[in-house]
Amino acid sequence: MRLPTLKHAYPYVGWLLLAVALLVLAPAVLSDFRLGLLAKYCCYAIAAVGIGLAWGRGGMLVLGQGLYFGIGAYAMAMHLKLADAGPGGVPDFMALYGDATVPGWWEPLRNGGLALVVILVLPALVAGLLGLAVFKRRIKGAYFAILSQALAAAFAILLVGQVKTTGGANGLNNFQGFFGFALFDPANKRMLYFIAAGILLVSILAMAWLYRTRFGELLVAVRDGEERVRFLGTDPANVKLAAYVIAAVLASIGGALFVPIAGIVSPDDVGVVASIGLLAGVALGGRASLLGPAVGALLIGYAETSLSEAFPGSWSYFQGALFVLVILLLPGGLAQLLGLVRRANVHRGNSVGDHLLRGVPRGEQGETEVTRSASEEAAAR
Amino acid sequence: MDALLAQVFTGISAGAVLLLIALGLTLTFGQMGVINMAHGEFIMAGAYTAYVVSTIVASTELSLLIALPVGFVIGGLLGLALEASVLRWMYARPLDTLLVTYGVGLILQQVARDIFGAPAKEVPAPGWLDGSIPILGYDFPLTRLFIIVLAGLCVAALLAVLRFTALGRQIRATVGNRDLAETIGISTRRTDRATFFIGSGLAGVAGVALTLLGSTGPNLGTSYIVQAFLVVVVGGIGHLKGTIVAALGIGLLQAFLAHALTGSVAQVIVFLAIVAFLQLRPQGILSVRTRSLA
Repeated sequence: MRLPTLKHAYPYVGWLLLAVALLVLAPAVLSDFRLGLLAKYCCYAIAAVGIGLAWGRGGMLVLGQGLYFGIGAYAMAMHLKLADAGPGGVPDFMALYGDATVPGWWEPLRNGGLALVVILVLPALVAGLLGLAVFKRRIKGAYFAILSQALAAAFAILLVGQVKTTGGANGLNNFQGFFGFALFDPANKRMLYFIAAGILLVSILAMAWLYRTRFGELLVAVRDGEERVRFLGTDPANVKLAAYVIAAVLASIGGALFVPIAGIVSPDDVGVVASIGLLAGVALGGRASLLGPAVGALLIGYAETSLSEAFPGSWSYFQGALFVLVILLLPGGLAQLLGLVRRANVHRGNSVGDHLLRGVPRGEQGETEVTRSASEEAAAR
Repeated sequence: MDALLAQVFTGISAGAVLLLIALGLTLTFGQMGVINMAHGEFIMAGAYTAYVVSTIVASTELSLLIALPVGFVIGGLLGLALEASVLRWMYARPLDTLLVTYGVGLILQQVARDIFGAPAKEVPAPGWLDGSIPILGYDFPLTRLFIIVLAGLCVAALLAVLRFTALGRQIRATVGNRDLAETIGISTRRTDRATFFIGSGLAGVAGVALTLLGSTGPNLGTSYIVQAFLVVVVGGIGHLKGTIVAALGIGLLQAFLAHALTGSVAQVIVFLAIVAFLQLRPQGILSVRTRSLA
């Protein structure tokens, strides 16, 4: 790891500004209700930071992060439900829909510590297995995007189908406590906000460090020329796998915090629409920049709430137009705008906008590589 | 025996729906690398076309037959508009087209919601599709049979266009090697546009057909699009025969699993089976042997 120099200092200035805004300004200015909403955006932003790593830095279009968001969220929700029910108790909805017995696979989550382990380890395992299966077989580009999206869709369908054990389409809600803290108490809600904002800031710092490690540079190299990295003797699959697993764990943490903050989790929070919704902020903020994904996710959350309050029904138009305009005209997101002003400070390779606007020669793209290896196969015969 | 036959029939008819939807996708995906998430909304547009035609044409006997070509043109025009306004700027980065077209799809959904309202619309089925015909002791609903026949006709028409017309030759040349096609004087821009028109038009036809199976709402397309993409991926991008096999295979697998288990578990198992299948054949059932060096 290199020591930070002046050239590297500017992301930390942005990080400090964000930290002051989140930890000092927002709690001082916002009402409890608004602060609760901001806490929710922070949860999305934590997932967005992971997407920034996998998509912005690694070039993997992760369309199904709702899967991991959902794993974290449901693990947390199940634990809270069991904790509310008390030792040996049965969550209220199970008595309502089912036969009032707790299924065996719920039982481990009674233990708060185990629930936390599940939240951190289960998404890593799932992403690790899937990633191994996909990346080692060099499935990439659109194939990978569609597969990951299909898994999120499958997960949502599975949840809807299991009314007795997951609450079905209604999801899990009506949580009373969070590790012993009563959730109706405003002080505890503020505490949850600080936890979410704190984890968000720490995860951004972790990315700042990760981006400057050898792994971070390899990841960008894999994004820009996977075959070249392979020729140079590094297996791109391992690099992508690591990034994908980290993104999955971050999404899971975001999901786990989302549950006590929002007070509900349902299949709508994990499906295809929710998964692509997570990408909106990342695209807006700047997928490859350090602060872009988080700031973008916070902005999107704020815009969604205020637009939906002011003009119901307009959010779809706004989100649709945002995807079209940002991806078409500003692929580097808002960070690209800043970069235009302060281009001298932008570390080369940091701005995906540059890379995209320059245009990649046709042969370098994932799309054509699929067909290329097909023709290689044909040639080998 | 009856139950088995019923599952086979359910599977084939589900596969025919998937095939109708996936045909257009595999064309545009294979030729241009464009991942058109708005394809689902073109389906929705086709379904609403059928609804509008049914309100204009008094005779329910004829309205379906009129709606099919109209739906094709409406879907095709939407596709052309999408290509001309947005996608033509994005051929250098195909993966990003996914998000852009998703945005377009969101807008189209909201437009439909504003025009037609959120509640689903019913399109009356023509009288000659009422009832069922018994084959081997099992009653086949005529609407399902009609969709199977329609899917077959669309495949045949598409294959004929690709094989026997000048446009088809140009499309095949462009898929095979875009640069070389240009050097022999094919306007790949025009070919792209024609492909997009046909592919999106097929989505419109699929939408008209879907009104026979259920009601039409703004979210009609989203429920099919993920599966349709899986069909394209499994079939091998840009390969019609692979798409046909994949659509029928996935339809049958799902029908049998749904019969043995519950519908939601069946869908999850199908998804997992596809991931496993791509382990064996990452390029899909069939892959395009391009001669491009890139």
